[in-house]
Order: sequence, then C-alpha cells, then structure tokens
Amino acid sequence: MPSKWNLGTIGLKVATTLGFLFIHIPLFIIIMYAFSTDEKTFQFPLPGFTLKWFGVAWERNDIWEAIILSSQVATISTLMAIILGTLACLAVYRSKFFGREVISFLVILPIALPGIVTGISLRSAMSLFGIPFSTWTIVIAHATFCIVTVYNNVLARLRRSSHSMVEASMDLGANPWQTFRFVILPNIATALLAGGMLSFALSFDEVIVTTFTAGQQSTVPIWMLTEFIRPRQRPVTNVVAVFVILVTTLPILVAYYLTKEDEGGKK
Amino acid sequence: MTSTFDKFFTFLFYRKGLAIFLLLAPLLLWLGVVYLGSLFTLLIQSFFSIDSFSGVIKREFTLESYYDLFRQSTNWDIIIRTTTMAFTVTVVSAIIAFPIAYYMAMYAGPKLKPILYLGVMLPLWSSYLVKVYSWKLIMAKEGILTWILNELGLLHLLDVILSIPVIGGTSLSFSYIGMFLVFVYIWLPYMILPIQASLERIPKSLLEASADLGGGPAQTFRKVILPLAFPGVVAGSIFTFSLTLGDYIIPTIIGNSSYFIGMAVYTHQGTAGNIPLAAAFSVIPIIIMMVYLMIAKRLGAFDAL
Repeated sequence: MPSKWNLGTIGLKVATTLGFLFIHIPLFIIIMYAFSTDEKTFQFPLPGFTLKWFGVAWERNDIWEAIILSSQVATISTLMAIILGTLACLAVYRSKFFGREVISFLVILPIALPGIVTGISLRSAMSLFGIPFSTWTIVIAHATFCIVTVYNNVLARLRRSSHSMVEASMDLGANPWQTFRFVILPNIATALLAGGMLSFALSFDEVIVTTFTAGQQSTVPIWMLTEFIRPRQRPVTNVVAVFVILVTTLPILVAYYLTKEDEGGKK
Repeated sequence: MTSTFDKFFTFLFYRKGLAIFLLLAPLLLWLGVVYLGSLFTLLIQSFFSIDSFSGVIKREFTLESYYDLFRQSTNWDIIIRTTTMAFTVTVVSAIIAFPIAYYMAMYAGPKLKPILYLGVMLPLWSSYLVKVYSWKLIMAKEGILTWILNELGLLHLLDVILSIPVIGGTSLSFSYIGMFLVFVYIWLPYMILPIQASLERIPKSLLEASADLGGGPAQTFRKVILPLAFPGVVAGSIFTFSLTLGDYIIPTIIGNSSYFIGMAVYTHQGTAGNIPLAAAFSVIPIIIMMVYLMIAKRLGAFDAL
C-alpha cells in the first residue's frame, strides 16, 4: 500500500486497537471477577483474590443439572443438524434444479429472523398441537437453527474439493455409498467436525429461543438469566460465566483450525 | 444384505432426480414442517382472539389482535423505540467497524491477518449472555467504569451525560446510553466480518488503476473502495438491525425498563397469556425485516454475505 498514507495508517491502527480492546476487555473482566472475594457488589478494584467460588459452584446441584441438560441438548441437536445438513449439501452442491436458492434461504431463515420470532413460532405451534415441554422440545428448536452452521461449512468444503476424485471413484466401479464413505467423507470430515463444533457452541449458548421452548427446565443460559434477574450468589454466577466462556470459545478455536485450509484456499 | 444395499445405491445412481429428492427430503420435511409450519401457525394465531373474561383463545378469524395492537399508542411507542434503537446501533456499528475491517483487509500482513480474524470471531461466537452480564459489571455504580472515570477525574462528565433527558438515567446500566453501548458491543463483530470480506474482494489492480489515472488516496477511497465495500456494510447491517429488533434480553437486564418489541412479545404470551396479541406483535419485526431484506437485496448485500 502507498506509504504516503502515513497519518491515515496511524489513525487506522489506533481505531483498530481501540476497537479490539472494546470487544475483548469485557470478557477478561468477567474472568477477573470470578476470583473476587467481594460477595454482594461489583466493587472495583477487587478487594481480594480467592478460589473459593469455584468450589462453591462445584457443590451446587442446580448448576450440574443445567450443564447436563445443555450438553444433552447441544449433542442431540448437533447430531441432527449434521445429518440433515450433510444430506442436503450432497444434493445441492453439484446439481442445478428448481428451488436450489430456496433451500439456502430456508436454512438461513431461522437465524436471519429475530430469535424472538423463531421462539414464539415454535412455542405457539407446540401449544396449538398440545405438545408438552420437554428436553425434546428444546432439541427441536435448537436443531432448527443449528443446521445452518453445518450446511455452510460442509457446502463450502464440497465446492472447493475437486470433483474428479468422485468421478474417478465411480469410474473404478465404486457405488455411490462406497464413494461417499471412502472419498467424500474423508474430504469433508474436518468441515463436518468444525460445523458440528460451532453448532454445539451455538446450542450451548442459545437463550432466547430456549426460554420459549423449555418449560420448567433450565439450560445453562436459562440458569444464568434467572440469576441475573434474581441473584442468589453473585460470585457463583461469575464462575459459571467463566465456564460458559470456555465451553463456547474452545470449539470455535478448534473449528477455526479445522477450516483454516479452506480460508487459505479462498484468498 | 450388502448386495441389496449396493443394488439400492446403484439403482439410485441412474435416477439422479430421485437421489436428490431423497437427500433433500429430511431437511425439507424438517424446515418445511417444523419451522415454516410454526411460522404459519404463528401467523394464524395472530388472527385469533382472546376472550377478555375467560382468557380462552377463540379460534375464529378476526382482526381484533391487530386492532388492539395499533389502537394503543404505547404499542406504537414500543415499535418506534425498538426500530430507532436498531437503526442507531446499526449506523454506529458501521462507523466503528469500517476502519477495523479496512485495516484487517488492506494493511494487516499475512501473519497479523489470521490473528485479527480470530480476534473478531471469538467474541462473536462466545457467550451472548456472559457478554451482556460483563457490561452489567462494568457499568455498575461501584464498578470498573466509575473507578476509571474517577481516577481520570472525569466523573462529573458521566453525570452530565446521564442528566441528558431521554437518553440519560440514574446510572449507566439503567439508561438508553448503557443499552445502546451493550448493543453496539455485542453486534459489532457481525458488522466487521462482512465489511472485511467485501473489502478483501476488491482487486488490488483496481486501486492501482485508480492511482495510475491520477486519483489521489481520498478520491480512490471515495470513488472506488467505498462503493465496492458498501454491499458489505449492508450485509452487516442485516445482522445488527435484525438482532437488535428481536432482542429482549438486553432491554431486560440493562436499561430503564421501557418496553422493546421482544419484551412485549414475551410478556403478552407469558404473563398475560395473550398468544394472539403476542403473535400479532411478532409479525411486526417480520414485516420490518422483509422490507429491510428486500432493500438489502437491491443494494447487492446478498452477494456480500
């Protein structure tokens, strides 16, 4: 780039640095507060440092129940999203047919429309048909918006991998199942894993749609929301917040490294 | 067993149409029945009404809920308040995001670029609730922001800002400014990434051509870069706008308890049990988003997604 833009470059650097500080510092602050000895307020500077709240959180049954429910929901929804998304990708990526665009649109819609719309739609349908709230109603809701992450990841990978391998496999007498199992699947494996990871993180963190479809059960985000509105033990909430940061951040890092090749190929 | 299995796939191999249909059927059934079906029942229910004495929902076609919705000026206030917030958040996010995206796309070297990219991705994906909560900590009266301003001797400035009518309040976490800050913070990465992607796609040769033809940096920026990056801005705005429009967590946790569309929907269906009115209310953001998406499509935003 032209070097005469020096002043502009400095301005840009400052703006970028400030922007990054803005989007990162709050997460560090949460982590810091999990170690505070302060019980009642959000006092800063912190009065002291303690690991006590991690132990207290560990002993709390309601937190474990929420974590178990969230993990179950995220796992089942992710598996469903993987099946539905991958099958659709295989149909879409090499063929042109009427309504192809409609499918991409349909997949994006659950996350493009405000969460409140998705939430109340599912709830009103469930109440209309008298479906009782359970883990499964949460799963149904989550799978619906998780499909998009799997679909996008796998479709991007399929479009970038060369089709000649599939043709070669067919020429050599493999049937479609063998071709899928030994050629396509190894090719899309990391994209599947990445999509699955993102989908898990998405489900584990979703709160708006969940409040409408959960009934009496608490997932981790629902548990947190209840604590924000009616705090019982503030420091414990901070500990759970740190846990949630880890659970949602690690899959993203893994997903990023799994799809890095794709990104590199694009540019 | 295996041979039937093989035969089935070979059979499918010669019937491409059937194979595609079978591959797509599960997804179409799911999204068609579960999702579109639900949206449709929502729409239907918005034409039902609730008996004001018994609280029972009457399953007959009526426009009563819509009439109720638009008759009350408080509902108009809610719609206008939410849309104004969504619009302001979108504009400010775009202004903050552009230089960051610009730096990422045009200046960052091959080593810095992936780090910056990850630096935007991580907050985008990391927990929404935790991020909202962290601002509750930051903006609390005894919290970190007060402390910093106090150390800098700027505490009176905060009081001045908070005393501004309408947007001010008793403290940052109970004011529109606080809510606005949190909205911008939460959705900013959704704005940065599409802008960065669209800037990334501008061929460097175009910039050289502009310079060769005598265009100065400012001219090149205004006449070449900005128009080409604009679809990216619009693409990002779809997220910031739609997400603010539907959010009800942030206005619940932060702000002065004045209603936003999401909260109204939640209260009407939950505590009030008036599903028809809640349904009618949630049709509003759908319509606003439909119009918005149509305009965005015209502006070429879908190619930038």
